[in-house]
Amino acid sequence: MSFQIIKHYYGDIPEENSGSGIEKKEVVKTAWPLWEVFIRSKQGLDHKHAGSLHAADAAMAIENARDVYTRRMEGVSIWVVESIYLHASNPDEAESLYEPANDKIYRHPTFYQLPDEVNHM
Amino acid sequence: MLVQDMEQIFQDKIDREIKIEPKDWMPEAYRKTNLRQISQHAHSEVVGMLPEGNWISRAPSLKRKAILLAKIQDEGGHGLYLYSAAETLGFSRDEMINDLLSGKAKYSSIFNYPSLSWADMGAVGWLVDGAAILNQVMLCRTSYGPYARAMVRICKEESFHQRQGFDALLVLSRGSKEQKAMCQDAINRWWWPSLMMFGPKDSESTNSDQSMKWKIKRKTNDELRQQFVDMIAEQIKTLGMVLPDPALKWNEARKHYDFGAINWEEFWNVVKGNGPCNKQRLAARNKAHDEGDWVREAAKQYAEKKRNRAKEQAA
Repeated sequence: MSFQIIKHYYGDIPEENSGSGIEKKEVVKTAWPLWEVFIRSKQGLDHKHAGSLHAADAAMAIENARDVYTRRMEGVSIWVVESIYLHASNPDEAESLYEPANDKIYRHPTFYQLPDEVNHM
Repeated sequence: MLVQDMEQIFQDKIDREIKIEPKDWMPEAYRKTNLRQISQHAHSEVVGMLPEGNWISRAPSLKRKAILLAKIQDEGGHGLYLYSAAETLGFSRDEMINDLLSGKAKYSSIFNYPSLSWADMGAVGWLVDGAAILNQVMLCRTSYGPYARAMVRICKEESFHQRQGFDALLVLSRGSKEQKAMCQDAINRWWWPSLMMFGPKDSESTNSDQSMKWKIKRKTNDELRQQFVDMIAEQIKTLGMVLPDPALKWNEARKHYDFGAINWEEFWNVVKGNGPCNKQRLAARNKAHDEGDWVREAAKQYAEKKRNRAKEQAA
């Protein structure tokens, strides 16, 4: 099955060669590593993944994260970690990883039907 | 597993409103369409800073200058959110930037129009950001997870952009005769290009359904455009101005505003690089990039030096 998409949506202008005529440049690799940014929105809450950015080192990553992700008081603390150090589970293994939890409904409090007299348990 | 089966599983997920994440299997055309759309969107944010940057030093008051700076800074941030989302599809930031600078990549053609007066800052906020927001609100529900998340963040920040634009025009519309004329002139110049932002007419699109079927997009160009016209035709009454379209008229049967024909020749001309400011915009981006070269290099060297020093100390 091969799809051909011709419809031009907003922000989706078809590629063709008639650009505005500036010569193609060589790709200059700045090669600043990618960092993942985690923000704590207020004291007492977990840091939560906010997004990613490129920076030369950790100090710059934190400064950039401050500018990009906390302009409206979204955070009181920032963690950054180089993306290459994050390991993720494989979505293809999702079934074997998470499915075994499906049939263990006795792990949930609602599994147990108690008499009405027993309140607050 | 056969590719057909993979595509079936993929489509099932989309149909059940399960977001597609970077490591999930996806059809190559889905990846490409998203990559093109997200990167063009990112480029639009970045180039979109230029017409407004033109007015930072000439804003009429400190308040307006601070607002304009905040808005432009947001746009830089929005570009970054979007580049990050596009990078998850396996195309590097450097390659994307390079495609923009070389003129290969496209961006919204609206930014190839000049910002001639202060009133343009109001019209850009109200009309251009207004049009963008309609599209972006829809894209908060797009099927590719990283794009949807970037859009949610952008929409939260963007609503002030449109309001400040309307606010600036409102002040002008209640001002002197000259200020009123300036307001009307800006609306006249930005109205039609804003309508073009939604893209070609649905009827001119072949093979139209794929992006809808994949839920990359949930409304057609014409639907969004009509929504925009209906919204602006009402809002302009508050300004006491008129839209430059004699055919604009409420249609009681359709419960929508009818509007005149769009000059598509102009649209395609601007897309193809012959708009009033295409060359200027790209030249400005290239200049900024080239002049920042030593900064990027210095930061890289400095980071390396610090790493080496840390290694020496450890040894």
